[in-house]
Amino acid sequence: MLKLSSISKRFGGLQVLQDVSLELPPRGIVGLIGPNGAGKTTVFNLITGLLAPDKGTIEFFGKPLTGMPPYRIARVGLVRTFQNGRIFRDMSVLENVLVAMAHQTAYSAANLFLPLRRFRSAERREQEIAHDLLFRMGLFEKAHRLAGELSFGDQRRVEIARALATNPKLLLLDEPAAGMNAVEKQQLMDEIVKLDENGVGIFIIEHDMRFIMGLCRHILVLNFGRVIAQGMPEEIRADPAVIEAYLGRDGESVTAGTGIVI
Amino acid sequence: MEWLESFWTTYSTLVLSIGTNVLLALSIYLTLSCGLLTVANAAFMGIGAYTAGLLTVHTGTPFLFALIFGSLLPGIVAMLIGGPTLRLSGVYLAMATLAFGEVARILILNTEDLTGGALGLNGIPQMTNVLHVAVAVTGALYVLLRLAASPIGRTLTAISQDETVTELMGSDVRAYKLFAFTLGAVLAGLAGALNAHFTFFISPNEYGFERAVEILAMGVLGGTGSPWGAVLGGVLVTLLPELLRGLGHYRPLINGLILILIILYSPKGIWDLTRFVRRPAKLPALN
Repeated sequence: MLKLSSISKRFGGLQVLQDVSLELPPRGIVGLIGPNGAGKTTVFNLITGLLAPDKGTIEFFGKPLTGMPPYRIARVGLVRTFQNGRIFRDMSVLENVLVAMAHQTAYSAANLFLPLRRFRSAERREQEIAHDLLFRMGLFEKAHRLAGELSFGDQRRVEIARALATNPKLLLLDEPAAGMNAVEKQQLMDEIVKLDENGVGIFIIEHDMRFIMGLCRHILVLNFGRVIAQGMPEEIRADPAVIEAYLGRDGESVTAGTGIVI
Repeated sequence: MEWLESFWTTYSTLVLSIGTNVLLALSIYLTLSCGLLTVANAAFMGIGAYTAGLLTVHTGTPFLFALIFGSLLPGIVAMLIGGPTLRLSGVYLAMATLAFGEVARILILNTEDLTGGALGLNGIPQMTNVLHVAVAVTGALYVLLRLAASPIGRTLTAISQDETVTELMGSDVRAYKLFAFTLGAVLAGLAGALNAHFTFFISPNEYGFERAVEILAMGVLGGTGSPWGAVLGGVLVTLLPELLRGLGHYRPLINGLILILIILYSPKGIWDLTRFVRRPAKLPALN
């Protein structure tokens, strides 16, 4: 459904992405991995329209996205979360979710001045949908807390709930498990699996290999701005180029000390 | 009723000033609530005042239409200048809107044949009464309260917190900013048009930098959390100098000191203090 064709992006003298082509299958959870600085977040920034590619095209269900403003890209069903968690801190959890629904409301600016009753019932319907989402993400009890007061794990969940409120076809998760403990990670994995079952496409950047290998059926590996491997988790695990990218050429002696499992 | 009459003869100007200042505070509330620091509202007020004043003085336009044109023209100007200027943010936006204010003031100053230039516009019929001001303030407050409780108001708040994320969640941030800026200009223009029709005389310098700062002070002091904050700010900034009248030479000093203390101890404005008594909304039942 999402297709990037020979995308290049340069920041000053740094070639961040070099001729990157990738295609996401219509179903299933897809992972994007690679060492720090490989250009993973840049890929997300390009897809969501925050950055424009220097070369290449991005298509979503056959429709070109290049040149579209970010809000239009969100409306065609491509929404993301952020690496370091970007929530509206001084708004309640519920309001965070409602903001993402604003552009799909049935009532327009002119309706504001019509009878209060219609305004209220439209508003109540929105809140019900939002509460439903919060319930699914285990945040129902915290709906009226300020989002900035929540624990880090909960804040990441608010971000996902907010992204889901836009009704996405493809959800881009940028290191969703960062800073979570083992229990929270397991809950998050369960939630992501459920989203996949409900037909939402998932594209994840993640450093936690157990997390990514456990979730994804298809994995793409980026290093120095190029796709160096793609395939099933087993294939990636055995790929010499991937092992080299992560551990250097003298692989075996390094793995012993770092505890990194590939 | 006698005391009311004597009260009215003494304080009618003050009451009308409170009304127009509340309108101005509401106009700056709109842009502040989405995190935009604009200081063009004094100029929009001036454009509204001159448009309405010139219409009634020279063409004998009925008061209601003078008010309508006095609100619409600043709105149109805001739409035109909003496109390029609202791409800026922070201090740069403040500078650009400040420059626009100066351009507007100097333009009025140098079109003497039409506006009277530095001598001002004289003989504007006194038509504004307390009812007009009350209707304008109530109407504006109603509209803004409804907006604040709607998806539009929520989106404006979200923009003030993280505009990139708001855009990535599907909201056309530039359109929202332009809307807030334009509606603010309409309210400022209305305040100017009403004000011109009870002061009898207007001059370009009334709509300069000092006025811009005063409007900003009302918005910031009141707080941007709710339109009610703007109302409080408008009332306070108008009343405080009057209440301190007995202090003579020290008046501006004490006035400034009080404003500084408020900002120091309640940086989000006076309205923010009410959070201690406001109760959160109840959760609706799940079905």
